[in-house]
Amino acid sequence: MRAYLDNAATTRVAPEVIERMGIFFSTAYANASSLHAQGMEAKRALDEARAAIAAMINASPEEIIFTGGGSESNNLALKGVAFLQKEKRHIITSAIEHPSILGTCAFLEKQGFSVTYLPVGREGFVSAGDVESAITDQTALVSIMHANNEIGTIQDLDRIGKACAAKGVPFHTDAVQSFTKAPIDVTRMGLSLVSLASHKIHGPKGVGALYVRKGMRLQKQIHGGHQENDRRAGTENLPGIAGFAHAASLQTPEHITKMAELRDYTITEIERRIPDVIVNGSRARRLCNNVNVIFKYIEGEALLFTLSQKGIAISTGSACSSRSLRPSHVLRAIGLPHEVAHGSCRVSISRYTTKQEIDYFLDTVTAVVAQLREVSPFTKMGKYEAYTDDDHTHEGHPAA
Amino acid sequence: MYSRKVMEHFASPHNVGEIPDADGVGKVGNPVCGDVMFVYIKVKDGRLEDVRFKTFGCVSAIATSSMVTDLAKGKTLAEAERITRDDVADALEGLPPIKMHCSNLAADALHAAIEDYKKKRKGSAG
Repeated sequence: MRAYLDNAATTRVAPEVIERMGIFFSTAYANASSLHAQGMEAKRALDEARAAIAAMINASPEEIIFTGGGSESNNLALKGVAFLQKEKRHIITSAIEHPSILGTCAFLEKQGFSVTYLPVGREGFVSAGDVESAITDQTALVSIMHANNEIGTIQDLDRIGKACAAKGVPFHTDAVQSFTKAPIDVTRMGLSLVSLASHKIHGPKGVGALYVRKGMRLQKQIHGGHQENDRRAGTENLPGIAGFAHAASLQTPEHITKMAELRDYTITEIERRIPDVIVNGSRARRLCNNVNVIFKYIEGEALLFTLSQKGIAISTGSACSSRSLRPSHVLRAIGLPHEVAHGSCRVSISRYTTKQEIDYFLDTVTAVVAQLREVSPFTKMGKYEAYTDDDHTHEGHPAA
Repeated sequence: MYSRKVMEHFASPHNVGEIPDADGVGKVGNPVCGDVMFVYIKVKDGRLEDVRFKTFGCVSAIATSSMVTDLAKGKTLAEAERITRDDVADALEGLPPIKMHCSNLAADALHAAIEDYKKKRKGSAG
């Protein structure tokens, strides 16, 4: 049996989406910028997709820019705002953002911007009060993600949006994980910019969108033609865009309820079957498809590979699974010590996930955790946290 | 990413466990870094009669621990002291470059156990 439980990484493209995309490869393949009838047809399909995406976040169609994905949307939002600034050279974000936000912020710091990385609490929440007090007259943008990709915590964007509005600072959110899973309302949440991506919602890879509030100025990042309201050059990826919009339309409230039930079942059963487990993130405000747990005394990469050999796909925030050899910045930001963060396991489900797959995962992970704990020196010695004060470096390790 | 040999040793590691009356114990690594190895040895007539391990760590940390116990068992102390990190990696048909330094500590743990044995013997003799 196989179980794909890594839907926060990417998802299966829905069969309906593949079918919808097909015509834009085979017959309706004209360039949407062309003036002939075929071009006009393509333009109509593009307009329809734009209107569909806009409607889902309470925006107007002309406020949607299609991009090459979530990372591009995040880059365009931050650099697009930053590069227009003459005086305001300060950006506020959080410690748990996606690498495409943190990486762009690090780049902007090198360009002379200052960036405030707000801390989060144990459940991963950014405080609206912290946002408000971090805003200065130099602040050009606040960027706080909607739902976290690792621990699933959904921020209170209404309150953060109010804090930004009170100080007149534009507010961006990376809603790549939450789109179609948690409501987004750009007006109610006071959002000026929103990043979206297709491949997390059973759409194709390589396409996303950025909502840009009317009147918001943005420095374009890809120069060339006048596509996308003159904000992003390049022939529109119509198969991808149409597929993205169609994928967004397929998610129903029943799907969300089903995923949330499987999520709760997974968490409850893990806690019931396996001792010494920590559940990360918030139980109350959590993405409907996210489970993130720590299995104490074992290391996540070892768990990932063992499950993988049994056909199960999950992910881990362990350092050993990353090229940097550092554990997940999100798990560190919620206050987990390194040695505990090494044992994290993220299960992310989709509307296609079955109870059989979850049961197979639960049976397998229960056995695998026990097997790895057999090999671990810490289980019998009680508190392994005690070992951290011992010696913080060892020979052969690259300096952290 | 991992060789077949690494995955074999990881999936069914050899010589897992502690030796309650071990003649020497070696510990290397730190949980902060994600790898901790304990190697236990039993010495008889100058040879490693038994070698066991307990490891907290990733695939290569567990596989190298398993391999080093295989390599060391039955060897004389002098022979075991000459087992290097590279010997362990070679016996496993290689390790990913990024793992060569951080998770290839098993030879160090073995050497630490032998050192511990020698220290203890010196202590009891003197």
